[in-house]
Amino acid sequence: MTPRLEVLGQSTALAPRAGHTISGIVRIYLREAKYELLKILRLPAFFIPSLGFPMMFYALFGLLLPSKSAAFPMATYLLATYGAFGVIGIALFSLGIGVSTERAQGWLSVKRASPMPLPAYFFGKYAVTVIMSVLLVTLLSLMAAVFGEVRLPASQWARLMLTLMLGGIPFCAAGIAVAYMVGPNSAPAVVNAVYLPSAFLSGLFIPVEMLPSFLRNFAQFLPPYHLSRLALTAIGIEPASELWIHIGSLAGFAIVFTTVAVIAYRRDEGKTYG
Amino acid sequence: MIGGREIVATIDHATKRYGDTVALRDVSLAVERGRVIALLGPNGAGKTTCVKLLLGLATPTSGSATLFGGDPRKASSRQRIGAMLQVAKVPDTLRVREHIDQFRGYYPSPLPVKDVLELGGLEGIGNTRFGELSGGQRQRLLFALALCGDPELLFLDEPTLGFDVEVRRAFWKQIRAYVSLGRTVLLTTHYLEEADALADRIVVIDRGAIVADGTPAEIKGRVSGRRIRCVTRLSEDEIRQIADVGSVSVESGRTEIIVPVAEAVVRELLARDETLRDLEVTSVGLEDAFMALIGQGKAA
Repeated sequence: MTPRLEVLGQSTALAPRAGHTISGIVRIYLREAKYELLKILRLPAFFIPSLGFPMMFYALFGLLLPSKSAAFPMATYLLATYGAFGVIGIALFSLGIGVSTERAQGWLSVKRASPMPLPAYFFGKYAVTVIMSVLLVTLLSLMAAVFGEVRLPASQWARLMLTLMLGGIPFCAAGIAVAYMVGPNSAPAVVNAVYLPSAFLSGLFIPVEMLPSFLRNFAQFLPPYHLSRLALTAIGIEPASELWIHIGSLAGFAIVFTTVAVIAYRRDEGKTYG
Repeated sequence: MIGGREIVATIDHATKRYGDTVALRDVSLAVERGRVIALLGPNGAGKTTCVKLLLGLATPTSGSATLFGGDPRKASSRQRIGAMLQVAKVPDTLRVREHIDQFRGYYPSPLPVKDVLELGGLEGIGNTRFGELSGGQRQRLLFALALCGDPELLFLDEPTLGFDVEVRRAFWKQIRAYVSLGRTVLLTTHYLEEADALADRIVVIDRGAIVADGTPAEIKGRVSGRRIRCVTRLSEDEIRQIADVGSVSVESGRTEIIVPVAEAVVRELLARDETLRDLEVTSVGLEDAFMALIGQGKAA
C-alpha cells in the first residue's frame, strides 16, 4: 500500500455541496436495487428456500393431495394463498433478517454515514422482494398450469401478480420493525415464530374455510389473511365486495408496523447498532 | 476560526446519555481544516460516540454537533466527508469494484474507480468478492470507500486495528500525504503511538470527558514523568493523597506510582513509611504516560 495521493484534487477549498439532485437520487435508488439483487442472487442459501418452500408446499397441498373430483378448486385457490405465503416470507426474511444482520455488523452505519438517503437502502431491499415475488408467482403459475390444469385469464393473472407485488409492502415494514426491535441473534427466531403460525392461521396452507370456526374468526386480525383474500379476489374466487376492507386492513397494518419501526429506530438510535 | 484556520466540524457542550449511562459529558470540540486530530482514549471512553455525533448517526441528548456549519444529518454535509468505521462484516458476495461503484454513486463528484482502487491499494483485486479478501484488504476497502467521494474531512475510527506494523506505517504515510493536500482527518485510536505519529493535535477522552487537549509534544510533556516502584505499607489511597501522583497500582506486593516529577514524591513516601524498600525510579514510555493521564481523570 503505497501513497498514491496525487490522484486526489489539489484544491483545498472545495465548493459547498448542494445535496442530491432528483436524477442523482433516482440513480442511487436504482443502484441500491441492482446491488441488493446481485447480493441475493449470489446467496443461494437465501433465494433457494424462499422460492423452494412455497413451491414444495404448493406441489404437495395444491397439486398432489387434493382429489381431482373435488368441487373446491384447490389448485387455483392455493396458487393465490401460497403466492401470498411466499411473498410474505421473502419480505420478512429480506428486510427483517437482512436489515438486522447488516445493522449488527456495522455495515448499515457505514452506509448511513455516507450521503445515501436511508429510504434508498430500504427501497433496494423492497425492490428485491418485488423481483423475487414476480419470479415466485411465475413459477407457481407454471406449476399450476402444467400440473394442476389451472387456466387463468391473463387479466386475472396480471391482477394476482400486481396484488402480490404491492402486498409485500406491509410485511417489509414488519421486517424493518423486527430488525430494529430485537437483536440480530433473535431476529430469525422472531421472524419464524411470527411467520409460520400466522400463515397457517390465516389460511395460507389450508383454506381458511376448512379451519375450525374459532380460528376462522381470529384470522381477520392477521395481516397475511387480508393479503390472501386480496389474492383470491384477484383471481375471482373471492367476491370483490370486501376488497376495500382488506386493502384498508393491510394499509392499517403497514402504518402500525412503520410506526413501531420508527419508534424502535429512535429508541435504539446509535446505541448498540447502526 | 482557530489560529486563522477554518472550523469544519464542531461538538458544542454535547452530552449523550443512553438510558442511565452517560457516554459523553459536556464535551466541546472544534476541528480545524488541514489538521489531523486524534481522539485518544481507552475502549468505551466516548471516542466513537463523538464520531457518531459528528456523522449524524446519533443526536446529542443536549448540546449540538455540526459539520461545515450545518446539520450532520443533511446530505449536503455528508457529501463533503468520508468515514471509515469499525465494521465486523460487509456484504460478502459483492466484489470490490461493485462496492466502490455503489459508494461512488452517493457523491456528486466522486473519484474515478481506478483512483479509488489505487488509493486503497486494491489494484488487481477489483473483481474479488469481499468474502475472499484478507483482513488487511478488507480494512483497505473500507478506507477506499471512505475516499470515494473525494472528501474534505475524513473520519477514521480505529483504522489500523488488526494491521501489522508494516501496513500500519504505510497507512500512516498515506494519511499524512492526504492531509498535506489541505484535507482534514479526525481519527480515533487507543494507541498513543498512532496518535503521536499522525496527529497535529491529540484530544484525550476518558469516561465521557475530555481530560487533555494539545499537541503531541504537549500531551507527552504533561505526562512524561517517572515511574516509582517500591515495596511499601502505604495503601493506594494514602499514596494518592500525595501531591502530583498520577496513577497508583499494586501488583504482587510491589507498588507502582507514575508521577510528573519523582523527587518530591519519593521524599514524601520515605517520610511517611520508614519501612519502604526496593525503591526504583525509571522514566515512563508513551503508553504509560497515556495511562497516567487517564489515571488523573480517574482521580478527578
